Amino acid sequence: MAARPGPPVLEFRGVTKAFGELEVLHGIDLEVAEHEAVAVIGASGSGKSTLLRCVDLLEEIDDGDIFLDGEVITDPSVDPVAVRRRLGLVFQAYNLFGHLTVLQNVLLGMVKAHGGDRDEAEPTARALLARLGLGGREDDHPDLLSGGQQQRVALARAFAARPRAMLLDEVTSALDPELVGEVLGAVRDLRDEGVTMLLATHEMSFAREVADRICFLHEGRILEVGPPEQVLEHPRRPETQRFLRRLLEAGRA
Amino acid sequence: MIAPRPPLDAAVVVADRRAERAAARRAKARRGQLIAATSTLVIGGALVALILTSPGWPEVRDTFLSVEVFRESFPDILRAFWLDVRVFLIVEVAVLILGLLVALTRTVDAPALFPLRILAVVYTDLFRGIPTILLVYLIGFGVPALALEGLPTEPVVLGGIALTLSYGAYVSEVYRAGLRSVHRGQRDAALAIGLTERQALRHVILPQAVRRVGPPLLNDFIALQKDVALIAIIGVAGEAFRVAQIQAASDFNYTPLIAAAMLYLAITIPLARLLDRWERGHGGRTR
Ligand SMILES: Nc1ncnc2c1ncn2[C@@H]1O[C@H](COP(=O)(O)OP(=O)(O)O)[C@@H](O)[C@H]1O
Ligand SMILES: [Mg+2]
Repeated sequence: MAARPGPPVLEFRGVTKAFGELEVLHGIDLEVAEHEAVAVIGASGSGKSTLLRCVDLLEEIDDGDIFLDGEVITDPSVDPVAVRRRLGLVFQAYNLFGHLTVLQNVLLGMVKAHGGDRDEAEPTARALLARLGLGGREDDHPDLLSGGQQQRVALARAFAARPRAMLLDEVTSALDPELVGEVLGAVRDLRDEGVTMLLATHEMSFAREVADRICFLHEGRILEVGPPEQVLEHPRRPETQRFLRRLLEAGRA
Repeated sequence: MIAPRPPLDAAVVVADRRAERAAARRAKARRGQLIAATSTLVIGGALVALILTSPGWPEVRDTFLSVEVFRESFPDILRAFWLDVRVFLIVEVAVLILGLLVALTRTVDAPALFPLRILAVVYTDLFRGIPTILLVYLIGFGVPALALEGLPTEPVVLGGIALTLSYGAYVSEVYRAGLRSVHRGQRDAALAIGLTERQALRHVILPQAVRRVGPPLLNDFIALQKDVALIAIIGVAGEAFRVAQIQAASDFNYTPLIAAAMLYLAITIPLARLLDRWERGHGGRTR
């Protein structure tokens, strides 16, 4: 992913975000190129979710700018709905629509947000679900599914309209260990298609495998960015070293 | 030397244990039913005995439970009750719509709706705080007294409006609680797939909220069904309670009131059972 024609798909410039008195992000600078996957790692509370929510305009930033395909999206004059239609966000807790079936969860955005024809969208949605190993579960309600299946439905829902970039927020951290693999497999599958991704994760082995670059977030600041070998094997900052050591001790590296 | 036990034996033993347990469970259930039946008989019998032996019983029997008076008055009251049912149905629909509109106005935070939001807050505070009976009086007698052109003056219409305003305030709060009970993550997810705020409300939040408030709404309907009788106090002719009251006054026998009470119960008890069943059925699956 070395060649970089055109502007980056996502770009952060001096992004700052506070909740009241609490400054959660301080001057974030980061770029995600086309077809690139950048993994954001960092302790709980370091601001990973907030960073992703700011991109999807679910939170309003206080300073700086975020660009999507070279266009600023954090300007007050920009329609947030139009921006969100070009992005796919997956939540840690899945947040599937409980009153809808699996298929309807995937179709809702395709039809209501993207104005697709239901009959045309349905085969696409079914094919995507089958590809993520959910064939046969289309008419079930989400609460009948395992956590791993629910998260795969959430991936399908976010990916259904072929977003310019996927934003994945710790998609495996609410799952029992034996279910992690199937969700990571689904992400890998989308990754193989070259989907641009910005993902927060706790799974270091996965980050190493799927990400082109890793970005270490500490108390709202990016302390280190680089290829996985560099950040994970030879971290420069003591904070990164401490974080990785602690993960290792907890058996999650 | 001990021969290994054939596996067939083990299966037989297991089957026996299973049958034994099932029999024990059945015996326990039978014992429970027997105790329940006995205690019901004893307590019920004691109550009946107490009433039948009370000094005033013969008089109560004649003035409240006269079979003859009942037979005479029941057809008229039943006919009158049909008006109650119609008022109930119309007011019910109006309440559902008004309550939802008020709840939505208070939930959506579009700046343009600010004056409406204030109005909605004042409305709920006011109309929830005034006893329904007082509201029926105020509107039933107050509105005609204004003598304004175009305002309805018919007691039944005014009574219906008073009931709608009163119950609309309660029901809007029920809806609002339902809307608030839908997790924030549902709105986030709806926006994230590219829906507008309004679409998120319509396709994601509202359907889940309405599902959750079914039982409390039904509870309010039961209350409304019997409060329809309140319109009798502003002189709605042909309302069941009113008719019963007139009949009771005319020959100093209160049996017609019992007849009316039975008609209200004939609607409210099935509704209450329906509510029980609904809550049992949906209680576990609210997500
Ligand atoms: N809506 C909010 N209101 C107030 N504080 C928040 C809100 N969301 C997140 N925070 C705070 O911001 C900090 C970063 O949170 P978050 O982005 O969720 O971190 P992470 O995802 O890395 O665990 C935390 O201290 C958290 O308590
Ligand atoms: Mg988080």
